[in-house]
Amino acid sequence: MLSKRIIPCLDVREGKTTKGIKFKNNVDVGDPVEMARFYYEAGADEIVFYDITASYEKRNIMIDVVRRVAETIFIPFSVGGGIRTVEDMRAVLLAGAEKVSVNSAAVRRPALISEGAKAFGSQCIVLGMDVKRVSKSKKIPSGYEIVINGGRTYTGIDALAWAQEVEDLGAGEICLNSIDADGTQEGYELALNALISERVGIPVIASGGAGTPEHIYEVLTKGRTDAALVASMVHYGTYTIEEIKSYLSNRGVKVRSVW
Amino acid sequence: MIVIIDYKAGNLTSVARAVSHLGFRCEISQHIGKIALADRIIIPGVGAAGSAMSNLRMLGLDKAIRQAYAEGIPILGICLGSQIIMEVSEENQAGCLGLIPGFVQRFPNPLNTSEGDRLKVPHMGWNRIIRCRSHPILEGIDPKSEFYFVHAYFPKPEFQDSVIAITDYGISFPSAVGLKNLIAFQFHPEKSGRPGLKLLENFCTWDGGYAE
Repeated sequence: MLSKRIIPCLDVREGKTTKGIKFKNNVDVGDPVEMARFYYEAGADEIVFYDITASYEKRNIMIDVVRRVAETIFIPFSVGGGIRTVEDMRAVLLAGAEKVSVNSAAVRRPALISEGAKAFGSQCIVLGMDVKRVSKSKKIPSGYEIVINGGRTYTGIDALAWAQEVEDLGAGEICLNSIDADGTQEGYELALNALISERVGIPVIASGGAGTPEHIYEVLTKGRTDAALVASMVHYGTYTIEEIKSYLSNRGVKVRSVW
Repeated sequence: MIVIIDYKAGNLTSVARAVSHLGFRCEISQHIGKIALADRIIIPGVGAAGSAMSNLRMLGLDKAIRQAYAEGIPILGICLGSQIIMEVSEENQAGCLGLIPGFVQRFPNPLNTSEGDRLKVPHMGWNRIIRCRSHPILEGIDPKSEFYFVHAYFPKPEFQDSVIAITDYGISFPSAVGLKNLIAFQFHPEKSGRPGLKLLENFCTWDGGYAE
């Protein structure tokens, strides 16, 4: 049976990771390639990179990072941040990424999803969505609204309706980020994850709020997601991927245990 | 020289990178002449069977692959490359290479676990393979190893002795098939970490011989 995936997420700015890992040995913690190698060897099932480079001119730095990561690790990895066109997608995929992740640009122009799926296949296209809890209304019946620009701009789009639309447009996977839970380390937003996971036929990756292995257990069971994104809890050395997986395995969740 | 066949079916660089990482020389090519001189051949690919086969035929590569197979050159199919070696695919009703008797089918819809939970298609992520018979390509692989899959279709050989390994996902399906000097994986060894690299290494040193 399919294993639940544990996916470390690395933010990269101008070719350097914004948060390092607390390594015991003297690895260059700011180097995304070294961090990718570390997580690959530690048993990560996949790795997500978010390019948060602000200036457009410096975006090519990321393509070089992607190329070097692809030469170093032999598991799937995805790249998101600043992908606005099919050409942006092509550059990242040709450099060696398995998947590209689109977020705000797809909200502004949903056809980007179908164009990407047609050009490269649905399995390449991850739809990242940032979601905030709001009061239920006629416009937002689920009580969860899509936000963009790092959570600063409300779009008036219902999260559940958007998830179903992106599936129809050809997205292969959804990375569901709760802005409310993000950075709290107090647990994923379970109700949101369960709502979306049960209503779409494509895999859902939970994002935002992981602090303990129990949080991950909860989102993979009660939250019904296929995968969990982790950041601070592994970057700061609080838990290793192996500790998380052995916790999950002991509680009956199937994870990949040999690598 | 190992030739990775380029028939415009997705990104082939990841297979080339993995093979190079293992220290073997390889080349991505769509030239019949290169394929005729290859020591071994890899048929990778993602995408749809119909367009893959029409590209192969247009480039004349279908004949080149059949020729190499007949000559005993070790051949490895990956993902779509494990499907187009069959006779025919349910996807686009495509006529395929016919190196292994049998066809390619889609996961049934709906697909459920034994507990009745609905399973998603495509089958995407890490899963085990359960070996049905011993094969040199599987040497040194821990039975608990998992491999990375992304697919909605799978090969279904007519004869059980062509099924080298199966995988469970609602149903049991063939995840490694082989006949003579041909071996093929439905999963992506180049994206499956160390056990995947070990399979590729086994292929790169395999003489194409296989006796049960």
